[in-house]
Amino acid sequence: MGTPFDYAPAPESRAVVDLKASYGLFIDGDFSEAAGGGAFKTISPSSEEVLAEVAEAGAADVDRAVKAARTAYTRTWSRMGGRERGKYLFRIARLIQERSRELAVLETLDNGKPIKESRDVDVPLAAAHFFYHAGWADKLGYAGLGPDPRPLGVAGQIIPWNFPLLMLAWKIAPALAAGNTVVLKPAETTPLTALLFAEICQQADLPSGVVNILTGAGETGRALVEHPDIDKIAFTGSTEVGKLIQRAAAGTDKRVTLELGGKAANVIFDDAPIDQAVEGIVRGVFFNQGHVCCAGTRLLVQESVVDEVVHSLKRRLATLRLGDPLDKNTDIGAINSSTQLARIREMSQVGEDEGAIRWSAPCDLPDRGFWFPPTVFTGVSQAHRIAREEIFGPVLSVLTFRTPKEALEKANNTPYGLSAGVWTEKGSRILWMASHLRAGVVWANTFNHFDPASPFGGYKESGFGREGGRHGLAAYLKEQS
Amino acid sequence: MARLPRVTATAPQREGRLPAVDEITSSNGSLRGFLHGLPGVDQVGVEGRAADLGTRSIKTTAKAFAIDLAIQMIDLTTLEGADTPGKVRALCTKAMHPDPMDPSVPTVAAICVYNDLVGIAKEALGSSGIKVAAVATAFPSGRASRAVKLQDTRDAVDAGADEIDMVIDRGAFLSGRYLEVFDEIVAVKEACGAAHLKVILETGELQTYDNVRRASWLAMLAGGDFIKTSTGKIQPAATPPVVLTMLQAVRDYREATGIQIGVKPAGGLKNTKDALKMLVMVNETVGSDWLDPDWFRLGASSLLNDLLMQRTKLATGRYSGTDYFTLD
Repeated sequence: MGTPFDYAPAPESRAVVDLKASYGLFIDGDFSEAAGGGAFKTISPSSEEVLAEVAEAGAADVDRAVKAARTAYTRTWSRMGGRERGKYLFRIARLIQERSRELAVLETLDNGKPIKESRDVDVPLAAAHFFYHAGWADKLGYAGLGPDPRPLGVAGQIIPWNFPLLMLAWKIAPALAAGNTVVLKPAETTPLTALLFAEICQQADLPSGVVNILTGAGETGRALVEHPDIDKIAFTGSTEVGKLIQRAAAGTDKRVTLELGGKAANVIFDDAPIDQAVEGIVRGVFFNQGHVCCAGTRLLVQESVVDEVVHSLKRRLATLRLGDPLDKNTDIGAINSSTQLARIREMSQVGEDEGAIRWSAPCDLPDRGFWFPPTVFTGVSQAHRIAREEIFGPVLSVLTFRTPKEALEKANNTPYGLSAGVWTEKGSRILWMASHLRAGVVWANTFNHFDPASPFGGYKESGFGREGGRHGLAAYLKEQS
Repeated sequence: MARLPRVTATAPQREGRLPAVDEITSSNGSLRGFLHGLPGVDQVGVEGRAADLGTRSIKTTAKAFAIDLAIQMIDLTTLEGADTPGKVRALCTKAMHPDPMDPSVPTVAAICVYNDLVGIAKEALGSSGIKVAAVATAFPSGRASRAVKLQDTRDAVDAGADEIDMVIDRGAFLSGRYLEVFDEIVAVKEACGAAHLKVILETGELQTYDNVRRASWLAMLAGGDFIKTSTGKIQPAATPPVVLTMLQAVRDYREATGIQIGVKPAGGLKNTKDALKMLVMVNETVGSDWLDPDWFRLGASSLLNDLLMQRTKLATGRYSGTDYFTLD
């Protein structure tokens, strides 16, 4: 759409972030080099610029971090009263708010997501998770797990690259509120906000060893999962790695919660509020470049309105602004890594080869960095791979249905079960769909909205265990009757 | 000066989607069926989208462009019982020279007054090209017989009004007598002759976004050239989600018929930020075809001075006090 009203560049300033040339591991309250001296570079996916060098934790570092966490657990954190633990969590939450611009800019630099999302979604929600769980810390007896539920011990936590700080908050806040200590490994492509969070822990005077941050890749994660003194493993990431973790934990007394992939159905009935449903589709699959495990990547539209919905959707997608993630008017940022971009390209090619019709929003892609335009496949059926497999990118598959029963059957016909969306003005149909969909979260007339009080988690290959709400606390507590 | 609704060549027309207007309005039941068959508007969704568009960051050149465009879109308004010829003349002078110290400031689109002051305004504005809009049809309540409303309209037209801002009968609309509302708009449009008709929905009284969408379609089907949010006498008035819903209606109407209808938010627009949010919504909902005073107006009074202050700030880097901008 050509318009004389071109928005001038409105970049958020990078000056608020004090990037260091290199970062160490955060163990027992201090930063240190990796024992083996290993390090790797983290880049900005929008420009391929090297942002910093980060230590790569090996087995010896993992052991040191787990020991520090164990000591902090037995000597300090598990003995501290809930009210005192709550004070630390409140302090951390406030510090996240105070340093929100810094965190948002750093997240956008390291991850590639638009600043408007890191500023308005990731960082405020991360703070909200700490506030929410701070409130629980001295009220655990009311969580439905007996009068005095006990913490598990040391939690090993591994988080993905799509919402680095937010996933850290989802993991650390409930663990700490319940009285556990943690060793957390951020994803290798997005370690920086976790390291800034480590500084926040120092600033909050959090006792040493309660939070340990180990940067590294798959091998670091494996060493953490296999460490014998870990009581609990919490993982968010791919189903493939989730299965490896489940195997590694088998035969041990480690508790496990897994939050894995998804292929969520977003179901549009013919009586849906179409304009808002189109916004919901956009939010469902193009939010965060589609790097969302609960993304609504399978659009199921009632046949009688499919032309109208697809027409409106394409018109809307043509207005999305793709480009510099630090520009405050950018809607679509960069793909997180070249590996992920290759996967998205490969799956899109598969879609074309299998006969689906590909349409991409008309937008210029920057020369440097990793980019993929918002893309819609129409004429997709359940038998297409792009309707079965998680793509984890800005790619939507449009399928149709004729009756509510067919919509439900198709929505449930997936190995995953993380989330689903229902769009209709009919309240009874929302309730019927919600009670029959096998998905951990069902959104009605909205999509991809999150709240710390609302439990999140999956069915089937999307994993097990819940994060957030009272249910999420159960993942970090031993019931005591 | 009435402009015939323009059929834009680039409009993606989707013929056959809309039955003939005669058919839709063959009975109240038929009209009701049509209006209630429009897709619903989800309150949370539309408010969320409007808020999201409100976060656009409009800076430097874009801001300068938008401020000048907003000034040109203003219907500078005074609708008080205390209005006098002197007050209206002063407003007209302001309309022609928004900033007497800076001739680069464009003039506003129109002056909006009660119909007994149309003659004064016409005379004061002379050949400036600024239009005179008159509120009519027993503004603001609309509670009078149709004969009175039509006479009110004719009075304004006879006095030289270029544009008529009518109010719909909200009582009839809310009680489901849609055909009555439709017939009245048709009759007023006829009484307008060559004058341009803006139909005020008074969205603050319609309350729901579903009603806003239905009333928008009703006014467009009946031949309104513009749909306008409010009289300015009822709060809330031109809220972003209401304007967004109306923009979606004119977009869909043009897609269905090829006919372009204008939109005028009025009431509650106080500062530059409010105006920029409106222009962002136009830009991203209906596109540049509506970024023109012929197709989008801002009904306001105090907004103009804030736009002038921001304009000066942008040019000089400094804010000036309110005494550096004229009262109207």
